[in-house]
Amino acid sequence: MTTSLPKLYWKTFIALMALLAITWSVGYIDLGPFKLVFALAIAMAKAVLIMLFFMHIRGGSKLLHFVAVAGVLWLLILLSLVLGDYVTR
Amino acid sequence: MNATTTAVVAEQFDDIQQQHSAAKLGMWIFLATEVMFFGGLFLAYTVYRFTYGHVFALASRHLDDVFGGANTAVLLFSSLLMALAVRAAELDRRKQLVRLLLATALFGILFMTIKGFEYRKDFVEHLVPRFDFRWDGSDAANAELFFWIYFALTGLHAIHVTVGIALILVLALLARAGKFSPNFMPVEITGLYWHFVDIIWVFLFPLLYLAGHR
Repeated sequence: MTTSLPKLYWKTFIALMALLAITWSVGYIDLGPFKLVFALAIAMAKAVLIMLFFMHIRGGSKLLHFVAVAGVLWLLILLSLVLGDYVTR
Repeated sequence: MNATTTAVVAEQFDDIQQQHSAAKLGMWIFLATEVMFFGGLFLAYTVYRFTYGHVFALASRHLDDVFGGANTAVLLFSSLLMALAVRAAELDRRKQLVRLLLATALFGILFMTIKGFEYRKDFVEHLVPRFDFRWDGSDAANAELFFWIYFALTGLHAIHVTVGIALILVLALLARAGKFSPNFMPVEITGLYWHFVDIIWVFLFPLLYLAGHR
């Protein structure tokens, strides 16, 4: 475990760079409304990789998982309730 | 419990593990409040993009994605260095820790330098709201609004990067003096902050730079 952890961090970094390359090149393709969906999906994947491995959510306590999810959940409440208003006007 | 461990455990904690858990939990709760801090601006972005999607896409194309993309890579690499630094701190490899912290800060400074050149270019191209903002085409007011949001989001993010660089440089000084053996939690939680700032940028890059068709 001691020696393999830096290896894991490098693998995470390479995956993050690959996702950056995908996001960036897709910026040059016209996907219409799916463009935003795709961009957000990739950004989410990158955030999850960073949280799991760099921020040690993997192997962290249940309480940490709970707080991490709560932060995202509250943001989603904020965005969805306000958008719910705008979309239905 | 040996003498060195006793020395670093504050009296309200049973042992060093409990103290570490408390430090990490506190940092994660702070980061949750940071999500809400940026959340207000992300909300403004969302509502604006929903309401004026067309001019938003046009305005986004005026930003230079080479700056934004290069800066994403720079921050991702600095996050890798920070993760390695936390590992070095945990294993009490003092020299390696100091070098990794300095390298992390250096890439943070590189990010800010690139950002500075980008802001300069934005200024020269009359994209800064209120400072001789110019817009060819209709809906200039809403185009200006996009750049308000761009400067607010990237500006708030840049403040966070600056704070992070300062914290990491202080950590490097303390690490050289051997302050993190055996309690490396300050390195761990500063690392959490640095990765959080990285995650914010991971969202800012596609949302601001790649909103329009390139």
